[in-house]
Amino acid sequence: MSTLGGRGDGAMPSASMTTGARRLTEAFSRGPALVSYLMAGYPSSSEAREAVRQVVVAGADVIELGVPYADALADGPVIVRAADAARTAALPGRFGLEETIATVALLTRGESAPDAAGAPIAPATSHTAIRVPIVLMTYYNPIRTMGVHEAAHMMADAGVAGVIVPDMPPEAGRGWLEASRPLGIATVFLVAPTSTPERIAKACGASSGFVYCVSSLGVTGERTALAQGIGAHVAAIRAHTDLPVAVGFGISSGEQAHEVARVADGVIVGSGNVRRQADLSELTAFTRSLAEGVHASQG
Amino acid sequence: MSHLASQSPTSPSTSPASAMTADAIQAAATTSSAALSFLPDDQVRYPQADEEGYFGGFGGRYVPETVIPALQELEAGFSDAVSDPAFVGHLDGLLRDYVGRPSPLYRADRLAAASGLGAVYLKREDLNHTGAHKINNALGQCLLAQRMGKNRVIAETGAGQHGVATATAAALLGMECAVYMGTEDIKRQALNVYKMRLLGAEVVPVSDGGGTLANAVTAALRAWVACVEETFYVMGSAVGPHPYPSIVRHFQSVIGEEMIASIEHDPDVPFPDAVVACVGGGSNAIGTFAPFVAHCDRAHLPLLIGAEAAGLGVDSGKTGASITKGTPGVLHGFYSYLLQDEIGNPLEAYSISAGLDYPGVGPEHAYYHDQGIVRYVPVTDDEALEAFLLCTRSEGIIPAIESAHALAVLPALGRELGSGAVVFLTVSGRGDKDMDIVRERHLGE
Repeated sequence: MSTLGGRGDGAMPSASMTTGARRLTEAFSRGPALVSYLMAGYPSSSEAREAVRQVVVAGADVIELGVPYADALADGPVIVRAADAARTAALPGRFGLEETIATVALLTRGESAPDAAGAPIAPATSHTAIRVPIVLMTYYNPIRTMGVHEAAHMMADAGVAGVIVPDMPPEAGRGWLEASRPLGIATVFLVAPTSTPERIAKACGASSGFVYCVSSLGVTGERTALAQGIGAHVAAIRAHTDLPVAVGFGISSGEQAHEVARVADGVIVGSGNVRRQADLSELTAFTRSLAEGVHASQG
Repeated sequence: MSHLASQSPTSPSTSPASAMTADAIQAAATTSSAALSFLPDDQVRYPQADEEGYFGGFGGRYVPETVIPALQELEAGFSDAVSDPAFVGHLDGLLRDYVGRPSPLYRADRLAAASGLGAVYLKREDLNHTGAHKINNALGQCLLAQRMGKNRVIAETGAGQHGVATATAAALLGMECAVYMGTEDIKRQALNVYKMRLLGAEVVPVSDGGGTLANAVTAALRAWVACVEETFYVMGSAVGPHPYPSIVRHFQSVIGEEMIASIEHDPDVPFPDAVVACVGGGSNAIGTFAPFVAHCDRAHLPLLIGAEAAGLGVDSGKTGASITKGTPGVLHGFYSYLLQDEIGNPLEAYSISAGLDYPGVGPEHAYYHDQGIVRYVPVTDDEALEAFLLCTRSEGIIPAIESAHALAVLPALGRELGSGAVVFLTVSGRGDKDMDIVRERHLGE
């Protein structure tokens, strides 16, 4: 079985041999990494999986897979619309955390047959297993509704490396951490431009895999200009942790990605991908330009 | 009064302003107003959220990290403000002279007779400036914002009452104001939209989802994340991340505190057998109930009843009854009872009343429900409309459709408690805003 793994894939241990946290940290260890966010189930379940494979081929080092949710408090219009489309497009009308975890399982194991939704012809890459780590971006309520233990076990079985839960600050995350840590699932907490040194320390202390540095105020979405002071913000976080620091929110071009990669361990791009997610050639061209920008910063 | 566990040493004043000397009024407005305060004093034991903002497991803070420091700042700023006599005095002065507090506790005899009850006392929040209880909280929070150095406020609104109250307070205090409102509610409540704009507020239409209150809250929270450093979010109901439920409860507790002051100071006002309020997010209800919970021994607590919006019926799929039909979950930054699907997506709530169609409920209500402190009952659109008409024709008081949900509980209470029972009921607002809705239903024709 061939693998799709981005740079240095040969050295990557298999999912079963190591924890998600270590796989994530590994992914950032060979120079700045591109973290590509895509929406699960959008525009359909099988097309979203193919988008993940194509983005990995185009140079993504980590995949962040969004769980469609009806009240995406931290997200801007592009991601909100894709989440709504994914939730309503799915038959029998439900696409949520469980279906997203199933998506990860199909990606990490490789698919041998058309999916249950009846995709007529399996795409060319569908038999290959994704080896880059996949983290889920989910709101807290779907995890809580499934049950933290059930959710953690399902994720571990599917090969999910970690989770990002934007409405779960460290104080609210204790139950989830207790359930997920023993299973090796990383939890990435966010540090905001408004975070005090105490809050930064708390987020870093609770995080595993990497730390998510929110570049600017506001919800997710493309911005024409990068926020000021990202370098100083990343430095302030590094004072509290040895974990890789990845910067997200508002990065939407290869040039911006390049600029951020000069000061951070990773660059997270979301809305720019999701806007192109229904058009694979546009998406992969965009990812290639981002990957060039990010990886050119390796120095 | 034997039922009151702790006599408040500094009860709200019920003496008319005209009986006071100019000096006393001046003192009340500027320095030590403790003896005149409408707000709860710290001698009385209110249920307190724990350090992380939970009332018996409900509440908390489930929000993006970006706003957590602002919530911490708010917590500190609030606790600082309410212990500052100058702040309390300023707010008390405005509550008296600007809002018109204390609001009357009016004995509605024809309504009592029609409901088979001994006496019904209506707490007339509908007589407040801007026509509802919302001004109690909006003024308090806008004053707090100003004290914390923020001159811009944003708010969400459903029926438009909180939006109008916030726009009013912002106009009074010379602050900038933006109100997020669902497009469906903008249609249902055109009069309030016009009022807000007239008052100088920007009304931001929210077309997401069903275009109602829950969508407006989400949009306002999203907007707040982008401007959190210079903008104060004036939360309209006893919901949201900690400390909002506690802050709203504090400012709305004037309702119940005044009821208790009436019992203590007016020999003609009996201790009630039951106290009723309507519950959407639950701000007028928590402001009504919490003072009784704080002042009374559990054994002597009156029957507390919260009327939820059942919409077309709790099993119709078109309902707002989050306690009756909901399950615990997280929405808008807090953990409470929530109308949600089986995988944790919040559902759209429905009610004829734009102020009650919210899929969640304040965390302190969830706690009261679990503890059996308050009984929450669903009331359908039709039952509310019937009560709306009864109140209007028997008392000449046109209530808000929200308040009519509370009124709809009275006949059943009459049957349960008998013809000697005394009921207090909070009329949270007046019905002017609902004229188009009741006209469409040909009510009373």
